[in-house]
Amino acid sequence: MTMQAIGKPHSRVDGRAKVTGGARYAAEFNQPDQLYAVVVGSTVGLGRILRIDAGAVAQMPGVRAVISHLNAPRLAYQPHKGGTDPANGERLHVLQDDQVRFYGQPVAVIVADSLDHAERAAAALAVSYAGETPVVDPLDAKVQPVAPQAGRAGADRSRGDADAAFAAAPVTVEASFDMARENHTPMEPHATIAAWSGDRLTLWSKSQFVVNEQAEIAAIFGMPAANVQVICPFVGGGFGTSLRTWPHVTLAAIAARQVGRPVKLVLTRRQMFHTTGHRPRTLQRVALGATTDGRLTSLIHEGSGETSRYEQFVEALTSTSGFMYSCPNVRTRYRLLPMDTGTPTFMRGPGEASGMYAVESAIDELSYKLGIDPVELRRRNEPAIDEAEKLPFSSRSLMQCYALGAERFGWASRDPRPRAMRDGRLLIGWGVASASYPCFFSPASARVRLLADGSAEVEAASSDMGPGTYTSMTQVAAETLSLPLDKVRFSLGRSDFPATPSHGGSQTMSSVGSAVRAACLAVQAELAKRAVADRRSQLFGASIDSVEWREGRLSRKGDAAAGPSYSELVTGAGGSPVEAGASAARDAAIAKQYSMHAFGAVFVEVSVDPDLGLVRLRRAVGAYGAGRIVNPKLATSQCIGGMVGGLGMALMERTALDPRDGRPVNAHMGDYLVPVNLDVPHLEAHFVEEQDPHVNPLGVKGLGEVALVGMAPAIANAVFHATGKRVRELPIRIENLLDV
Amino acid sequence: MIAPTPITLTVNGETVAAQVEPRIHLTDFLRENLGLTGTHIGCEHGVCGACTVRLDGEIVRGCLVLAVQADGKSVETIEGLSDSGALDELQAAFRDRNALQCGYCTPAMLLTAHELLARNPTPDRATIREHLSGNYCRCTGYQAIIDAVEIAARARAGAKS
Repeated sequence: MTMQAIGKPHSRVDGRAKVTGGARYAAEFNQPDQLYAVVVGSTVGLGRILRIDAGAVAQMPGVRAVISHLNAPRLAYQPHKGGTDPANGERLHVLQDDQVRFYGQPVAVIVADSLDHAERAAAALAVSYAGETPVVDPLDAKVQPVAPQAGRAGADRSRGDADAAFAAAPVTVEASFDMARENHTPMEPHATIAAWSGDRLTLWSKSQFVVNEQAEIAAIFGMPAANVQVICPFVGGGFGTSLRTWPHVTLAAIAARQVGRPVKLVLTRRQMFHTTGHRPRTLQRVALGATTDGRLTSLIHEGSGETSRYEQFVEALTSTSGFMYSCPNVRTRYRLLPMDTGTPTFMRGPGEASGMYAVESAIDELSYKLGIDPVELRRRNEPAIDEAEKLPFSSRSLMQCYALGAERFGWASRDPRPRAMRDGRLLIGWGVASASYPCFFSPASARVRLLADGSAEVEAASSDMGPGTYTSMTQVAAETLSLPLDKVRFSLGRSDFPATPSHGGSQTMSSVGSAVRAACLAVQAELAKRAVADRRSQLFGASIDSVEWREGRLSRKGDAAAGPSYSELVTGAGGSPVEAGASAARDAAIAKQYSMHAFGAVFVEVSVDPDLGLVRLRRAVGAYGAGRIVNPKLATSQCIGGMVGGLGMALMERTALDPRDGRPVNAHMGDYLVPVNLDVPHLEAHFVEEQDPHVNPLGVKGLGEVALVGMAPAIANAVFHATGKRVRELPIRIENLLDV
Repeated sequence: MIAPTPITLTVNGETVAAQVEPRIHLTDFLRENLGLTGTHIGCEHGVCGACTVRLDGEIVRGCLVLAVQADGKSVETIEGLSDSGALDELQAAFRDRNALQCGYCTPAMLLTAHELLARNPTPDRATIREHLSGNYCRCTGYQAIIDAVEIAARARAGAKS
C-alpha cells in the first residue's frame, strides 16, 4: 500500500461541516450570560469629539454600558508589530482620546442585554464634533506624497539609465493609471466574542492570523500573551481583511471587562468599509521604450498608494517590474499618499495585482504600436534570470503558461486589429496579461500526536479562510506518515497551537505544509527512538540507523518483512500518545541564490455593447506555473475564484468616498458591486508541470494571490481590442465606454 | 413599540414559542435565540442571500423578515433540511465538485438550489446561474456551484427513474 495523498483531487475534509451548517464561525460561539456590543462610528471624517451624551442612552432598556474615550480604560498599547502590521507608524489607539482621524472611526461602544437593545442605543447616542474637511482624494493638491520608510517593497530601484533610454527609444508608450480603492467584502462580517476569566481573556474572533491577534491584544492590554487565547476554526472569507487585529477586537475585550460578562461584537456590513482595511487606491505612471523589433530598452514604473496619516501601509506595487522583462534600463519609484482615512491593508494579490495592471496594460499598448502580437512581445522580452536581483529563478514557467493558455484559448485565431471581431452587434475583444507573485516561506511550526488506534492528530495555529488548509495539511500528513486521509485529523485556528505565519501572501501551503511534514518526520523519529529502546518492542536493541519507515511501519533496513505499525508501537509502549513538534523555515542560503516566484498567463474574451458601453466577460483561461499542486480539485477552485476576484477589480469593485467627509458612499453590498453568478462565464484554470526543488521542501509555490493578478489587465486589454479605446482606470465602467 | 411580543412558530418541524423583540429579524432570532447558526448573515439588506431560509415552503431572506412575521408559520433551515435528507444529492455534489470554499454562503446556496430543482428538475446552466445570482459567493468563482447543481439534478433524476 503506497500512499499518494499529495497531488490527488481529494474532496475537502471540512465539506460535511460546511454543507450542513455545522461549521462554526466566530460569531457562532455564544457564551453563557453573553451581552451584545455595538460600535458607534464617527460621522465626521476629521476633527475632535466635543460631547457625548451618554447619560440618556445609559437609561435606555437593556443598556449595560456606554463606553467612550471619556470612561474607557487607559490601555497599555505596548509596541507590537506583527508580520502584517505596517512597519512604520503607530496603530489607532481606540477610545483613548477625542481625536477623529477618519470617517467611521469608533468613538463609542454600547453594551446591552440584547442585540436589539444595543443597536437601538447605538443609534440614539448623540455625539457632537468639531469637524474639519478631511483629505480623502489622492488627486487633492493638499496630498503630500512621502517616500516610505525602509521596508521590503518600498524602495526605489534603478538599473542602467531608464530615462535616457526612454528619451532615445524609437518606439515608446507612456501612460497613467488610476485604480480604485477596494474593500475585501468577504461574506462573513468581522466578529469577536470576548470572555474574561480573571486576568485571562478568550477571544472567538474572525482572524487569518490568530497568533498575531493574541500578541497584539496582549500588547494593547499590557498582559502576558499566554493569558490571551484566540480561537477561530473557520473564516467566512478573508482575502486579507482579517490579517490584522482591527479596533473592534479591542472594543469587544474592553466591553467584556467593563461589564464583567462575555460580550459579542459583530461589525455591520457598513462598518466593514470603515475600520477593517482596504486595497489602497493607486495612481501609476508607466513609460516603456523599445526597439522597432520589440526589445524593451527602458521600463519606468512609478506608483503611489493611499495610506493613513498614522501608519505607512506599504505594498509591492512596483516590485515585479524589475524581473518580469529583460530590460537593461529600469527605474521604479513608489510613494505613499497619507490621507484622512483608515489604514489600508493587504487585499488578495496585494501590490502585484495593482502594479501589474499598469505595466501589463502598457506592454499591451506597446504591442499595438509595434504591430507585434502581445504574446510574442512577451516572448521576445523573456529574461533568462532575475535581472533586478541578478539571480537565477528557482523556476519560471511563464512561457509554458503562455503556450498552454494560448492553445486552450485558441489565441492563434485572433484578429489582431481592434474592433475587428464581432458577434452580431457586440464588439468582441481578446486580451492577455502576465501574472506573478512571490513564493514566501515564513517560519512555521506544527505538532503531531500518534494515538494507540494508529491515527494521527496534527495541530498548527494557522487558518483556513476557504482555500482548503484543513484538507491540504491532512494530505501532507497522510502522505508523510503513509496513513489514509481518514486516519489524520488536522486542527487549526487556535493561538495555543504551534505558531504559524499569517494566512496570507500565498504562504500557508509552503510554510505550514513544510512544518506539518517536518512534524510528521519528527514524530516518526521519536517513535523509532522509543521502539529501539523498548524491551517490549521487536526492534529492541536495533541501532536507530538500521531501521526505516516503510508505508507506516518501522522496519529493519534490508529486511523485506514489515515491522510494527504505529498502532502496535504506541500500544506496545503503553498506549499513551506519542507527540513531537517541529518547525520549518527557508534556508537563508537558498534565499540568496534564487529568485522565487509563481507565474501565470491569463487570456480573456469580452464583449462590449457599443450602444450601452456594457462590458461582459465571455470566457477566460488562466495557466499557472505554481510548482507542485497538492490538490488539483481545490487548486482549480482557488484559481477560478481568484480570476473572479480579478473580474471584480476590472469591472465592478470600487469604494467611492464622499469628498466632504470621507464617508464611503457605497458601503453596502447593494452598491459595492462584486461579481455574481450571472457575471461569470466559463472559466478554465490550468497548471503547467513544474518541479521546483528550491522554494520549500514540498515544492509548492502558492496560488491564492497569483490567481487574481493578471486578470484585470487582461480584461482591460481585451476592452481595448474590442473597442479601440484604452481605458486607464479601474474599474472600467459604462461611462468609460459611452463613446465607442 | 419595543416590548417583547409572543410568537409561536414551527422551526424544522418543532413548535417553538418565544418572546421576541419586535425589531429582531428572523435570522437573528434563529441564530441568537435558537442557536441555529447554519443560517448566516452577510449584507443585512437582502442582497447577498447568505441568510436564506424557507418560510412556509418558500425561500426568503431571513434578514428581510421580522421574527414576529414568522408567527404561526413554518421555518426550515439548513439544519432541518440536512437532517431530513432533502439536500442529500446537492450536498454530495457540492462536496464532490468543491462547490464551496469558506462555506459561509453554502447553506443558503443549497437552499436556493433546492428550490430551483423542486420547480425545474432539469435546469440548464444558464437557468442555474440566473436562479443562483442572488446568492453571492466570494471564493469559488461560482463555476463549481453550477457544476454541482447540474450533477445533483441528474442524480435526483436517476434516483426517480
